Amino acid sequence: MADTMQFDLVSPERKLASVQAREVRLPGVEGDLTAMPGHAPVILSLRPGILTVVSAEGTADYAVTGGFAEVSGDKVTVLAERGLTKAELTAAVHAEMLAEAKKVADAAHPTVADAAAKMLADMEALGTHINL
Amino acid sequence: MPSLKDLKNRIVSVKNTRKITKAMQMVAAAKLRRAQESAEAARPYAERMNAVMSSLASAVGSTEGAPRLLAGTGSDKVHLLVVMTGERGLCGGFNANIAKLAKAKANELLAAGKTVKILTVGKKGRDALRRDLGQYYIDHIDLSEVKKLSYPVAQKIAQNILDRFDAGEYDVATIFFSTFESVISQVPTAKQVIPAQFETEAASASAVYDYEPGDQEILTALLPRAVATAIFAALLENNASFNGAQMSAMDNATRNAGDMIDRLTIEFNRSRQAAITKELIEIISGAEAL
Repeated sequence: MADTMQFDLVSPERKLASVQAREVRLPGVEGDLTAMPGHAPVILSLRPGILTVVSAEGTADYAVTGGFAEVSGDKVTVLAERGLTKAELTAAVHAEMLAEAKKVADAAHPTVADAAAKMLADMEALGTHINL
Repeated sequence: MPSLKDLKNRIVSVKNTRKITKAMQMVAAAKLRRAQESAEAARPYAERMNAVMSSLASAVGSTEGAPRLLAGTGSDKVHLLVVMTGERGLCGGFNANIAKLAKAKANELLAAGKTVKILTVGKKGRDALRRDLGQYYIDHIDLSEVKKLSYPVAQKIAQNILDRFDAGEYDVATIFFSTFESVISQVPTAKQVIPAQFETEAASASAVYDYEPGDQEILTALLPRAVATAIFAALLENNASFNGAQMSAMDNATRNAGDMIDRLTIEFNRSRQAAITKELIEIISGAEAL
């Protein structure tokens, strides 16, 4: 079996990455998941978090704010709502995203308040994760 | 017969117009390149989204309790037409063609006894449709302040449309925009976004996925995003079409101005020659009379 797989990270506005990866760590809504070549096909929703790609060139981190990932045996495609490379995710950008999530959480309808609050918590966790 | 001075003034004014149209053409060409690039960049996302949605839709769509965004409300009485046009004119038939298609569709639906509601994106479409179908017009989304089309812009439009759907204001939503074929050809297009339609041919090959959390949850989360993606794609197509249409319209205008300058210059030279000849005749006949 091949020891790499095609990894694509696309957001609505651009293509962030397209590499041969050895493994991809995905922040799923129900817990993190590491996809390696030959992984069973799965489609999973993502929470805001850090996505890590291990390839021959080394390890690259991306920040994603939700979206979903499609994993099949030889490829992983991530459709991120908004995707940033780690260098782009500065304190200012994070603060702005946090403020947005907070606004949504405050205005959220009771039925989706839990989801919005979780989103906010995930956003905050994302910040602490990269030491902002 | 206009005087020499009048002719001179006209030539100068047409020359100035040509300068402006030439500049607009070049600006449109530069913008078109950027618009095409961003449309290109957005394509992989839309394609993957469609592929995943169609496999999901075929897995869940037919079951009981499928989301209303996919299955529809069960009726098709009230239609929402989302008409997306440009914010500005000077682009040939671009805005008019979209408005014409929307108008034809609206009249067809009205003739079939349906209710029509119109929501416009872009100032030009609003002006055109308000004139003829003013009583069906419900809202307008203003993009004149938007410098760069980004995904959040599309999300805002999608949110507006989805809120209205949740409030039960309509059953079927169709977006109208222009597909960019080439610089000289933009095709006005209608596309139904609610209930969502996906090509199902690709579905059978990829129907073996596991879903996490569940397929229902994912579908419910993805449907609004699919609507936003469709709108985003339409906005980008529209933007490219607009700039393409403007570019060719301005190219024509520049050429016409050139022709007009040539014509006026010939006329100017003729009248100058005529005036000189007349003066000569006067001098000569004056000398002969002596």
